[in-house]
Amino acid sequence: MLDIIIIGGGVVGTAIARELSRYRLKIALLEKEIEVAFGVSKSNSGIIHPGTQNKSGSLKGKLCVEGNTLIRKIASELGIDFQEVGQLIVAFNDEEVIRLKEIKVEGEKLGIKNMSIVDSAWLQENEPNLSKEVISALFIPSAGIISPYRMAYDLSENAAKNGVQIYTDNKVEKINVLEKRFEVITNKNKYQSRYVVNCAGLFADEISKMVGINDFVISPRKGQEFLLDKKRENITNHLIFPLPSKTSKGTLVIKTSDGNPMIGPTAEEIEDKHDLATDDNGLNEVLNSVKRLVPSINERDIIAYFAGLRPTSGSDFIIRHEDKVPGFVNVAGIQSPGLTAAPAIAVMVSDILKNNGLNLNKKLFFRRFRKKTVHLFKTDNAQMRKIIKKDSGYGDIVCRCEMVSKREIEEAIERGAKTLDGVKFRTRAQAGRCHGGFCTTRILKILSEKLNIPFVELTKRGGKSKIVVKERT
Amino acid sequence: MIERDLVIVGGGPAGMAAAVSAHENGVKDILLLERDQFLGGILNQCIHTGFGLNYFKEILTGPEFADRFIKKIDDIKDIEVSLKSFVIKLNNNLEITYLKPGEMNEVKAKAVIMATGCRERTREMAHIAGTRPSGIFSAGLAQKLINVEGLLAGNEVVVVGSGDIGLIMARRMTLEGAKVKAVIEIQKQSKGLVRNIVQCLDDFGIPLYLSHKISRIYGQDRVNKVDVVKVDDKYNEIPGTKFEISCDTVLISAGLIPENELIEMAGVEIDRKTNTPVATDKNKTSIEGLFVCGNAFQIYDLVDSVARDSILAGKMAAEYLKDKK
Amino acid sequence: MRKEFICIECPNSCKLVVDIENDKVVNVTGNKCKKGETYAKCEVENPSRVLTSIVLAEGLEIKMVPVRTNKPIAKKLILTAAEEIKKIRINNSVKVGDIIVPDFLNTGADLVATREVRNE
Repeated sequence: MLDIIIIGGGVVGTAIARELSRYRLKIALLEKEIEVAFGVSKSNSGIIHPGTQNKSGSLKGKLCVEGNTLIRKIASELGIDFQEVGQLIVAFNDEEVIRLKEIKVEGEKLGIKNMSIVDSAWLQENEPNLSKEVISALFIPSAGIISPYRMAYDLSENAAKNGVQIYTDNKVEKINVLEKRFEVITNKNKYQSRYVVNCAGLFADEISKMVGINDFVISPRKGQEFLLDKKRENITNHLIFPLPSKTSKGTLVIKTSDGNPMIGPTAEEIEDKHDLATDDNGLNEVLNSVKRLVPSINERDIIAYFAGLRPTSGSDFIIRHEDKVPGFVNVAGIQSPGLTAAPAIAVMVSDILKNNGLNLNKKLFFRRFRKKTVHLFKTDNAQMRKIIKKDSGYGDIVCRCEMVSKREIEEAIERGAKTLDGVKFRTRAQAGRCHGGFCTTRILKILSEKLNIPFVELTKRGGKSKIVVKERT
Repeated sequence: MIERDLVIVGGGPAGMAAAVSAHENGVKDILLLERDQFLGGILNQCIHTGFGLNYFKEILTGPEFADRFIKKIDDIKDIEVSLKSFVIKLNNNLEITYLKPGEMNEVKAKAVIMATGCRERTREMAHIAGTRPSGIFSAGLAQKLINVEGLLAGNEVVVVGSGDIGLIMARRMTLEGAKVKAVIEIQKQSKGLVRNIVQCLDDFGIPLYLSHKISRIYGQDRVNKVDVVKVDDKYNEIPGTKFEISCDTVLISAGLIPENELIEMAGVEIDRKTNTPVATDKNKTSIEGLFVCGNAFQIYDLVDSVARDSILAGKMAAEYLKDKK
Repeated sequence: MRKEFICIECPNSCKLVVDIENDKVVNVTGNKCKKGETYAKCEVENPSRVLTSIVLAEGLEIKMVPVRTNKPIAKKLILTAAEEIKKIRINNSVKVGDIIVPDFLNTGADLVATREVRNE
């Protein structure tokens, strides 16, 4: 019998798993997809928010500010690249400048430090590609960027190292509430535990219903995002935000951990939790909005589109122990700033469990550190020369656009990648300007060889997403 | 840093032709860098006929065309071929950094010819709305999968674009047992050769829809259908013309883009529209001693023309080196 | 019977109007040169194509060896021939032009390799 079952292997679930793996507990994480981070988390834009634009007193505000601090520690322990690039919320007229000042005051209440209102001369100097129409901006230095999927992968890898059992391809279909324990039934197996933590993202309402709690609904809000060529890495130096609207933080110019600038997202209320389609309306809307911020953004530099769904439920996060079902904790409605808040959510969940009877005894040895994953494109020449000499596979380039070597792909597979997308999210191979036109064949060969799976069984992202239908044999 | 007279980046038809020509014109020290484990470039996957009529006066397949140049290169001792060599950096001083399994090398060249070819336009660049399931391939990727690895990309196929690559792949997939349901062309006429329309489509009864486009791709895990619409002169959907084609595969053949990221890194001015160097003369760039040839310089219809102009590039580099001495 | 063809012998793409009686060409118009007539005759009476494909290699440096028929074969045989090719194996090094199957399917054409492939 397990102590805890965590349902959902997104960035929240993996952060909780890692946090709880400090203690002497038997923990399992169940993920319905074939790999972790394949749901909401994979389309996150990777911004580590400072916490502005959240109401004081809200869970979002509190956890975002805490998370912004905690994530730095986690990033350094796990070897995840975190860059504190800073954020600019821009104003085009005097009225908007007043709003900036209000946001600053609200932010200070939440405990955000070192914010300043900067003028056009400062902007000209520090953000030269910004529209000349911008007259002022709120500069928030503590905003940063991280790779959302790498964060989830590295958290889950470290959690597993510390004893958490991670079961992917395990979709929870039923939960039986028994005497002082739960029986969780998936498409693959049955698991029993004393506690269940539900962080099933878009499907958290459905999981909650399985134990009779149905007082919230998760509504998907679609965001279409567009990635620019890495050549334009320095189109901005900061994260560029317009003033927020009621439903979203607006359409942004985002720096990413991988180098490719991202523009978006849209905010579209939809019904279908599987609708990840993109369209020209989204593209035009985003282009129009961001060109107002940074006029030199060029449509020709767009190399990829995707859509993600924010799991929204009301205006704040839902993080609570369900007293009607002792032992069941809901962590739902984790939309923006969920990535930033994830480490703080994990601490909060651990406190909730403790307050509800779980003994948290620290392990004698908690493996806090993780060896940093090699990414050639982030490695300087001297270092690169060294590692190539040590392991010749790093000198064997597979993905030409993003400069990913054979060894990096093998490592991704050794660390849990089973699919083309899993390799892509971990390494960036196929994510560049040719979109895998050149390297997919070779990646399939490496996957097939390393996993000992025939080509016709390999998938893009699990399930029926097979890539080739026949092999000449 | 090792110094070389001429470094050529790319061992496809352009790079090979340039190397042979530079040597014929007196260059004695040539390093040819190729990232693949074989010379030949994209010709190795173009197993169909249609190459060589102008240059060799006979109709060859891609690998046969490549073989003729590979043989020439093999016979010239002054050309050093370095395979599995991937250039990561080029600067305006013509210093090149390249990786090989186990090695990182730097070389300074007196002249450089970039013969880096082109890549295919993607589904995103063709602005096709819809989901992102598996089953969407560039035509070149599907071609490589089948012709090099023996892997068939799909069973029921819709091809977007009726240029020669699209037509050739329609036939190729058919011969391997797939059902090609349609070729969709947004223009009023196909840019492909009549020969290919006849022998790749008509021979197998594959319908070609001119002035049509795919307006949406559907499917969660794998493609399951596409919407096709008729378009007006401005390529906008004509209302009421939409119909569905069920399929598990979409092959995109929507044009080619020259690969010039390395010379852009070196500071060469690039035309954003064509991704080619801004140049007044063929094969030249704004950096002295840096030449570009083949599909990297402009997209050619025929490999014969690539060879012809790359031979010119080899000669230009040779003359430049002579003048420098 | 009257049929229309586009001549594919050269880039002129002449639109040929061909009169056919008992499966034989009796008259061709619309052609700018003699090739058009030959083409029409061939397309009507004995259409043929060069077939290119790949053959599975065993123990060679690459997995698939590209092949072609060294002469056009009857068009109606193309699909059968494409299936037949899938059964062939090559297990020794080949050079361009090496015959893989002589007189392939009794067509008079040989199936030949189009790429040099060495042993592993």
